[in-house]
Amino acid sequence: MCRNAGLPVISLKYGKGNMRKKNLKKVKMEIWRDRELYLFLLLPVIYIIIFAYVPMGGLVIAFKDYSVRKGIFGSDWVGLQNFARFFESYQSGRIIKNTIILSLYEIVAGFPIPICFALMINSLKGKRFKKFSQSIVNLPHFISTTVMVGILFQLLNSRTGLYGMIGEALTGNYPSDLFASAEGFRHLYVWSGIWQGFGWGSVIYTAALSGVDPEYHEAAQIDGATRFQRILHIDLPCLIPTIVINLILRMGSVMSIGFEKVYLMQNGLNLSTSNIISTYVYEVGLSATGTSDFSFATAVGMFNSCVNLLLIIIANGIARKVGDTSLW
Amino acid sequence: MKHLMSVSTGKNKKNKTSGGDRFFYFFTYLLTGFLTVIVLYPIVYVVSTSFSSPEAVTRGEVWLWPVDFSLEGYTAVLKYRDVWIGYRNTIFYTIVGTLMNIALTLACAYPLSRKRLHGKGPIMFLFTFTMLFGGGMIPNYILIKNLKIMNTVWAMLLPGCMSVYNMIVARTFIQRNIPDELLEAAKMDGCSDTRFFFRIVLPLSKAMIAVLALWYAVGHWNAYFNAFLYLSDKELFPLQLFLKNVLVQNDFATMIDPDLAEQMTELRNLIKYALIVVSTAPLFAFYPLVQKHFVKGVMIGSVKG
Repeated sequence: MCRNAGLPVISLKYGKGNMRKKNLKKVKMEIWRDRELYLFLLLPVIYIIIFAYVPMGGLVIAFKDYSVRKGIFGSDWVGLQNFARFFESYQSGRIIKNTIILSLYEIVAGFPIPICFALMINSLKGKRFKKFSQSIVNLPHFISTTVMVGILFQLLNSRTGLYGMIGEALTGNYPSDLFASAEGFRHLYVWSGIWQGFGWGSVIYTAALSGVDPEYHEAAQIDGATRFQRILHIDLPCLIPTIVINLILRMGSVMSIGFEKVYLMQNGLNLSTSNIISTYVYEVGLSATGTSDFSFATAVGMFNSCVNLLLIIIANGIARKVGDTSLW
Repeated sequence: MKHLMSVSTGKNKKNKTSGGDRFFYFFTYLLTGFLTVIVLYPIVYVVSTSFSSPEAVTRGEVWLWPVDFSLEGYTAVLKYRDVWIGYRNTIFYTIVGTLMNIALTLACAYPLSRKRLHGKGPIMFLFTFTMLFGGGMIPNYILIKNLKIMNTVWAMLLPGCMSVYNMIVARTFIQRNIPDELLEAAKMDGCSDTRFFFRIVLPLSKAMIAVLALWYAVGHWNAYFNAFLYLSDKELFPLQLFLKNVLVQNDFATMIDPDLAEQMTELRNLIKYALIVVSTAPLFAFYPLVQKHFVKGVMIGSVKG
């Protein structure tokens, strides 16, 4: 009935060993036959090992007292000391809380909107309007994070921006500075993200909806179903597999909220809500004002990555149990 | 069947005028229109402001269309050497980076699209696992340092040279669009795997390659993170890093032109608007041409692989 338009499904299964049946000689021959294909793979494999697995190996410094002079291998082991230091620090609780709240806010507010938008766009009749609307809402997706934050700062400036102008026109006074408040940060971050992403986010659902067999709609119309009923009982059920896959991915990435935008929006006045794990890692590890404590920063980052991995495995497990859609 | 069809169209017309549906359509058009305006207005506002005079911007007179049409913002922006350096570097990173991305992605996707390839499972796992887990900021930084490519163009080109997600999209596309019979026939005629790749797979994958190139290119154009971490030489900075300094940190120091320093305070705001337009215009100019491909790309990627 519905085409699965989820994200590409990751295969984490090893191919079931048909090696056993064949004898070694035949395998060798087949490998020799495919030698050119293996040659193709050589560069990508070397690449992924250097740029993905070597840094993973570099995670050992989380258990060491890394010094540039001694290098990764020469530095002394300290066990779990770096992790213990993080969890004992007064900041850890707040930083983890900030990360989770920001991310959950983003999901709760941002996840349903592309779905609703796709359902609405799909039910419109005017092709021209449909196309126009879609091209417009897709547009902000191509704006860079830097420019996005720049636009936000410009338009919502409490004096020279649109926000200030409107505030002044309505009340006669300049409104308070949105960027100077800790409470404002989350709303600004999440809603600017929705502004930028909901159109593009809906494309995947529109694609899935285009696969709905029109006969279902015709049959329902004969039975006197209204357009709204048809959305609820035909369109929406067809989106469920896509929604589930996307939701798993989103839940799995709760803790991996991006560094780039948060860092750009951060300032001394909103630090109490805007300091999240990734910006904290940068702050203690690499920023000029930080302590350049590589081991400690790596430990914090590694804690984050491990929680991520765990979350996505759990989310996938739940999805597999509840429905028949899962990532692997 | 014919009878059914006529009934359905008849009902259809009736439904159009039924009260509930009319309300539904009214509401849907209204909401969609509202969302479109919400997205469009800030963009129009930014562009209009950038074409207004500095005085009009300072006095807050711009609401929708340019007031006192002027190009002062743009002339000021284009006088800065840094903008030109940034532009040049970004174009370089985008073109060379995208070429490298495509080469590596296809070299990886092609062999993995074969049904029977010994070790395919483990190799695939090697790649997909990196989507779920990674070293993170600091180990990557140490790697770049140890490779001695810190503050070189390689620090911009090599990390992120292949996106595993895009590789899976390419692999799925090849699996679905190059029939096995074609490969078998070619093999019969003594065609090697390499020749098959260049003569058959590449020409038949043009649509997919175009989509991937677009994705990668937009990524390069908009990236600031790697440059921010790995570059310190201004001559290598991409446009986005200059934008970060000016738009976010309000730091005009890198751009100071002695002639303009005086009028700086007046111009500051206007320059920011003009910069936003100048840096984003190329993407928006390409966008209508390539929009179809982007959407198609999402569909290619969305097929279960």
